[in-house]
Amino acid sequence: MPIGSQKNKRKKYKPILSGTKEWPVVRLSNNRKRFIDEVVEHTFEKIIEANKSDNDLRDELQTTLHREQLRIRKNPWKVDPADDEPFWKNIKNELVDLVDTAQTQKKEEDLLKIIIRRYAEEIAGNFKKSRYRLAREIIKFGFARLLNATRVKRFGAIFRSQYTLNDKIQIVGKAKQIRKLAKIGTVVMVPTHFSNLDSILIGWVIHVLGLPAFIYGAGLNLFNIKILAYFMDSLGAYKVDRRKKNPIYLQTLKTYSNLALQEGAHSLFFPGGTRSRSGQIESNLKLGLLGTAMEAQRSIFMKHPDRDGKKIFIVPVTLNYNFVLEAPILIKEHLSSTGQEKFYLESDAYSSSYNMIKFMVKFFTKGSDISLSIGKGMDLMGNFVDNKGNSIDKNGRFIDTRDYFTTNGILSADKQRESEYTRRLSEIIVKEFHRINRVFASHLVAFVAFRIWRKRYERLDLYDFLRLHEEDLIIEYDEFVEVFTRVKARVLKLKKKKKLNIAAHMDAPTDDVIKFGINNVGMYHSRRPLLMNRKKQIYTKDLLTLYYYHNRMHGYDLEKHF
Amino acid sequence: MDMTSKNTSNKPVGVIGAGSFGMAIANILAENSEVLLYARDPEIIKKIAATKEHRGQKLNKNITATGDLSYVANACNILFPIVPSSAFRTMMQQLSPYLHPYHILIHGTKGLDLSLPKGDSLDSIETLTREHVKTMSEVIMDESVVVRVGCLAGPNLAKELSAGQPAATVVASHFKEVISEGERLLRSDRFLVYGNPDLIGIELAGVLKNIIAIASGVLSGLELGENAKGLLISRGMIEMIYLGKAMGGDIEAFLGLAGVGDLVATCNSTLSRNFTVGNRLAKGETLDQILATMEEVAEGVNTIKIAKKITENQHLRAPITEALYEVLFEGLPVEKAVNLLMRYPFNVDFDFKKPA
Repeated sequence: MPIGSQKNKRKKYKPILSGTKEWPVVRLSNNRKRFIDEVVEHTFEKIIEANKSDNDLRDELQTTLHREQLRIRKNPWKVDPADDEPFWKNIKNELVDLVDTAQTQKKEEDLLKIIIRRYAEEIAGNFKKSRYRLAREIIKFGFARLLNATRVKRFGAIFRSQYTLNDKIQIVGKAKQIRKLAKIGTVVMVPTHFSNLDSILIGWVIHVLGLPAFIYGAGLNLFNIKILAYFMDSLGAYKVDRRKKNPIYLQTLKTYSNLALQEGAHSLFFPGGTRSRSGQIESNLKLGLLGTAMEAQRSIFMKHPDRDGKKIFIVPVTLNYNFVLEAPILIKEHLSSTGQEKFYLESDAYSSSYNMIKFMVKFFTKGSDISLSIGKGMDLMGNFVDNKGNSIDKNGRFIDTRDYFTTNGILSADKQRESEYTRRLSEIIVKEFHRINRVFASHLVAFVAFRIWRKRYERLDLYDFLRLHEEDLIIEYDEFVEVFTRVKARVLKLKKKKKLNIAAHMDAPTDDVIKFGINNVGMYHSRRPLLMNRKKQIYTKDLLTLYYYHNRMHGYDLEKHF
Repeated sequence: MDMTSKNTSNKPVGVIGAGSFGMAIANILAENSEVLLYARDPEIIKKIAATKEHRGQKLNKNITATGDLSYVANACNILFPIVPSSAFRTMMQQLSPYLHPYHILIHGTKGLDLSLPKGDSLDSIETLTREHVKTMSEVIMDESVVVRVGCLAGPNLAKELSAGQPAATVVASHFKEVISEGERLLRSDRFLVYGNPDLIGIELAGVLKNIIAIASGVLSGLELGENAKGLLISRGMIEMIYLGKAMGGDIEAFLGLAGVGDLVATCNSTLSRNFTVGNRLAKGETLDQILATMEEVAEGVNTIKIAKKITENQHLRAPITEALYEVLFEGLPVEKAVNLLMRYPFNVDFDFKKPA
């Protein structure tokens, strides 16, 4: 049997809750109105708290108005509601009326509430059970049947179930634990983010694991695309509009996440914020949403002095692909933002005619092996937890997570403390990402080839190097094997030290691993990042994309072996 | 919160380590709070209980000495560990089982911890990285569940503090809460407390200053005058900054009380242990002779060893550290070391932008 094609024997997981009625996300959507009222009330208090001085609130409203008008004029989107413009015009008129009047506090507060409610309504998801079920079936069909077709290379195979999604997506790691934790507490899953399809894939995996649907924040721009919007709504997404950066909006968003967590809704955060442009595993996490988990946990502790409140668990997850469809665009975006004038983004037919349906079909039909590693559950301080949810320190002693929020015997809210804790948590998550990441042969061949060439031209800066003609770049097989063997040995050593994980196919003989890697790295790009010719020379047709896949191995200090 | 208010929680404050600095801090804390002072040696505990005096310092009546770490940890929310760096990790390992995340630890140890892979020594290891060298706050977090950690640094010569002379200290921590607790507990009419969020930078400033303090003792012992001392302090400062940056500290920390403030104090004072080491070296004693007769640890000696290795690995220029290393461990006569330094090719006074 060729490597990488082992059938996956996976156990079937029963749903942890018997009916969907008990799902936190269903309860949340059934109580949508009450929940939004609560979000409005909490957000309102926070904004008032932050604007105590005389004209603060007025200024805050003015700035928000100004920014919103700017957004409507400069950057309108299809998903924007039709009444966007009249709404803000109205706010403007109301604010104008306030000038020269005394006793405006009450009126300003009313306006604030109106704005917050609008934001909260927009953010809140439209989860529907029936739609969830349908979406799930579509995804299952899409993956299972269409993937099957390409695998067997005959369209007729679409109706056979020789290979199922189970074979395509390998789930490794702490699957059992996440099920246990979801029963006793609230799970916050934090995955790495490489592709637009991540959330749908993870949605499917959550279902396979027998977990109730998770809620997650999805970029409002994705709702521009009807078909994606359908999936997002069905899978429990709430909307995040990255154009709106005003404090009132951001606070509403955070409050939404915070209160949903307090209600026990399992959540999915992509802590990197957006897809990794460089192809590297995220190393700088966005702290906003993670901070809401911290706040929610502390609030739960304070509201439940009898210790009957739920604990929140952080579960890092990494996704590994041989092939990321967006790779060629992502890496260009990355280089144009880091290289500034040194890297010109050529206008590119591929990115302008970027079409979501095509994207999905291509993904369903061409997606190659994907693996998803589930990390050990942690508490909000990054301490690992056992299957009963107890936090445990390095020496195996139990830790009471409440103690982190306690000073001189009193549980208290301390914003600065919590933001420091959040920063610390994000560092621990990054470490876990690197640890549970599974190295694929495709990542390693990309890394080795790119580094060999980079070394040859080390006098060039990166941007000049990336502009080299691909024809000039050839590696003789013997040289490649020699270097690859050395780096692979180093990777195995790191694996032994538990600093990373490797895919099963990495254990095959080196020649096979190399061949498998080259055949798989970015296998469906029109210009392949890495190939081998008849003379067994290794060459590339797209150095940029090779750079992208190479970046996956960044952060392990392997560069020094060249 | 009123800055000068007395300790509001009625729990006592813990001090771990009954060296001269530990006792000086215990005395300052005792003006506001009940203090539990942990000492390892039962004889010392007995002596303190009986005489309220140790190492020539009188102890405040609010101080109770004890040899029971679990008692100290259970009785106190806030602890000040002040033991030599060489004993710090072991102390933390003993203390750790009794600690909880609600504890706040503010240490006062100006040294580094060395954790090498099994079987390696400082001489045998090829490259010494930051992974092997830890500041005391990092040791605390390595060995316990405590995360609210801070440090004390600044010109705090123990003998002057215990004489009640005016002084100031820096409490550094990532947590405002730790800084304000430290301030609440330590602040008095004779003792100012400044806060700083750059924990690592402040720790390193205090640690690296000891190298220059030894050098200053040498100059003083050789009676080379004040011009030379001015030269040393300014070049020493630059060396500290380069070393500090190599280990992850920011320049700003070195310009404050914990850097230049502490440097000036120790470089002029016969009360400093590190200064004393340098001074006696210049008078012709060997390191072994000096260490054999010193009552307490001069952290600078160990710091020089570690800093020398780091400069080698990172290709840094640290002429003062290197010269001292040769004097301390390779038998280079102090006069020759001074000559060597005077011939060292410097040309730019100081360039903030350029790495060393």
